[in-house]
Amino acid sequence: MNMIILQDIAYFVLLVGLSIPLGIYMYKVMDGQKVFLSRAVAPVENGIYKIMGVKGNEEMSAKKYALSALVFSAVGLFFVWLIQMLQGVLPFNPASIEGTSWHLAFNTAASFVSNTNWQAYSGEAGLSYLTQFLGLTVQNFVSAATGIAVLFALIRGFILRQKATIGSFWTDLTRITLYVLIPLSFVLALVLVSQGVVQTFAPYREVAMLESRAAQTIPLGPAASQIAIKQLGTNGGGFFGVNSAFPLENATTLSNLLECLSLLLIPAALCVSFGKAVKDSKQGKSIYIAMMILFVAALGITTISEQYRGPVFEGIVTSGSMEGKEVIHGIGASSLWATATTAVSNGSVNSMHDSFTPLGGMIPMFLMQLGEIVFGGVGSGLYGMIAFVLLTVFIAGLMVGRTPEYLGKKVEPYDMKMVCLIVLAPLMCTLLSTAAAVMVPEVDSWLTNSGAHGFSEILYAFSSMGNNNGSAFAGFNANTVFTNVVGGIIMLLARFIPMAAAIFLAGNMSKKKAVAVSEGTLSTTNTMFVGLLIGVILIVGALSFLPALALGPIADYFTMR
Amino acid sequence: MTKSMKILRPAIMCFLVMTIVCGVIYTAAVTGIAQLIFPGQANGSIITVTLKDGTQKDYGSALIAQEFTSAEYMIGRPMGTTNLSPVSEEQKALVDERTDWLHTLDPDNTADIPMVLVTASGSGVDPNITPDAAEYQVARLARERGVSGDDVRAIISKYTTDRFLGIFGEPAVNVLKVNLALDGLL
Repeated sequence: MNMIILQDIAYFVLLVGLSIPLGIYMYKVMDGQKVFLSRAVAPVENGIYKIMGVKGNEEMSAKKYALSALVFSAVGLFFVWLIQMLQGVLPFNPASIEGTSWHLAFNTAASFVSNTNWQAYSGEAGLSYLTQFLGLTVQNFVSAATGIAVLFALIRGFILRQKATIGSFWTDLTRITLYVLIPLSFVLALVLVSQGVVQTFAPYREVAMLESRAAQTIPLGPAASQIAIKQLGTNGGGFFGVNSAFPLENATTLSNLLECLSLLLIPAALCVSFGKAVKDSKQGKSIYIAMMILFVAALGITTISEQYRGPVFEGIVTSGSMEGKEVIHGIGASSLWATATTAVSNGSVNSMHDSFTPLGGMIPMFLMQLGEIVFGGVGSGLYGMIAFVLLTVFIAGLMVGRTPEYLGKKVEPYDMKMVCLIVLAPLMCTLLSTAAAVMVPEVDSWLTNSGAHGFSEILYAFSSMGNNNGSAFAGFNANTVFTNVVGGIIMLLARFIPMAAAIFLAGNMSKKKAVAVSEGTLSTTNTMFVGLLIGVILIVGALSFLPALALGPIADYFTMR
Repeated sequence: MTKSMKILRPAIMCFLVMTIVCGVIYTAAVTGIAQLIFPGQANGSIITVTLKDGTQKDYGSALIAQEFTSAEYMIGRPMGTTNLSPVSEEQKALVDERTDWLHTLDPDNTADIPMVLVTASGSGVDPNITPDAAEYQVARLARERGVSGDDVRAIISKYTTDRFLGIFGEPAVNVLKVNLALDGLL
């Protein structure tokens, strides 16, 4: 256990240390300032604007910004849907994989466009190389960039005064992709290859095994390039079916450390960017701290449960629950990853969450159900968290009878309606779809486990899709018409309702004039506010999901041998 | 509708440009450099052995487990992924079955069996076992191969990797490499 604690502390030191410079850098990029890459990238950037036929400094209204984001995502959805169904006749398909069914293709397209990366297919068996790099890798980049773009639109809403605009979606998207995502992914991908993560267009390799001489297929592909952005952009969709548990996707302890750091890096750094952008670093810091407290608490419970609450078998050395975990990751790095990937809406895995102990598996589920705001998705996590901050400010305002305000802007009924959409849409998607799924007559046949743990498989699946996470209790057979269609729809709703609401919130905030800070202004940077914020998050989450959790993991815990 | 059409053009152009930049150029650049600098790793870390007669033979990937079932080979983790709850009856039955099998393989060994030898991994092809799971098998391997325990331990220690920087991850023994070495191939 001491080694696990040491590993976790070292991880946090690296994370915080890297997030600060990256956060400042991202702020500069999004503010349009010159950075060290400008000389090389600026000509490319300007060329891209020319091809697109837009002006780099265009100012958009909230409505135009939202429409641009939605239409752009719709184009991506259509393309990814199509390329999967047609992959059988397209090139770069050495394993001769057939086109997928329409409903699986829809689910996967919705999943990657919405930054969820839920996977009802297994990469090496279901998709061609072309679908992977031309369809999915691209969505890994642009869905992440879209989330960050919307966050900065919202931030501009707070900074700008009496304006009707919030920046240009095309500029935001392009700058994030060119200055942040591609350079980081490029470096990470090459380091991952050095560790043994595959990157090739060669066909799968057949080898004869040592003892039996039977044939074994080694799946290959252009994996590292996609895995790098999958980790950095809170995407999470593995190149291979078992994701980063697969040694060719995550080969060594070093590759695991880097992939695990990449999970949290950009969402954490964005807190720093936020503080910089609103010219009050303390505002970013208090959000960062609130997220960190929730994260550390979750990590503690998961790790302790996996280490000490695993099964005890006669004649077997008791050493933590190793079912579904790789030897090189052990209890420590598996628990850390499981917590990180669900706190952030990433959803990649390096161990099988279905085989976690009841409480160890409940924490990842609950982190998703909180709405993916404990760091959350790139951009989307922080704009979701800002909605919770506004909710907290509003509730505090009601308690003392003052008009609530945040960052010098009054919070009014229209704003609170948008906040409610951001907070409630994922929650409703999750609960309603779970309820619908358990009423499907053949639902039993989709499950690997029975009883309370079987219900946990369903609840986990729809919590994952309804909050754009993408991880799974993988015993759940997801490739059915019901799950593909319903899941695809809720992934889109849970992504784009809050996103549109955040953009319109930005537009409304941008119109307002600033109010002066007075003695009566509620401080949003002190310890009391951090406590209040955590309280509001936990109350909303617990009130919504405790009944469902009681039927799943909690019942599982009390009935286990 | 006209407003949407005005947005559709930049949206499609933006999508095409991003597809070329992130899908084609980025993927090609990473692949090109990877194949140039790390060809072995980029192509699946295949173990190729030059045999005595000078021919080369592939023995699988260093990162993908192979199934070993006879007593003269080091046994790895059970193959395949179960996704079972670790505290379920089904899991207990599987563990009991694996425990009995390990006891038939080595009836003299009465020590408690390390956990990783009776639990499946997440990938289903975990190439490693823990050092204590390797030590558990030393006496059997030495007996079957007619060598000393220390010879076996020397091979195991050669193919054991430590935590990164002594902090991150867990020590691990690569089963395929140990078995290739026991066969005198590596």
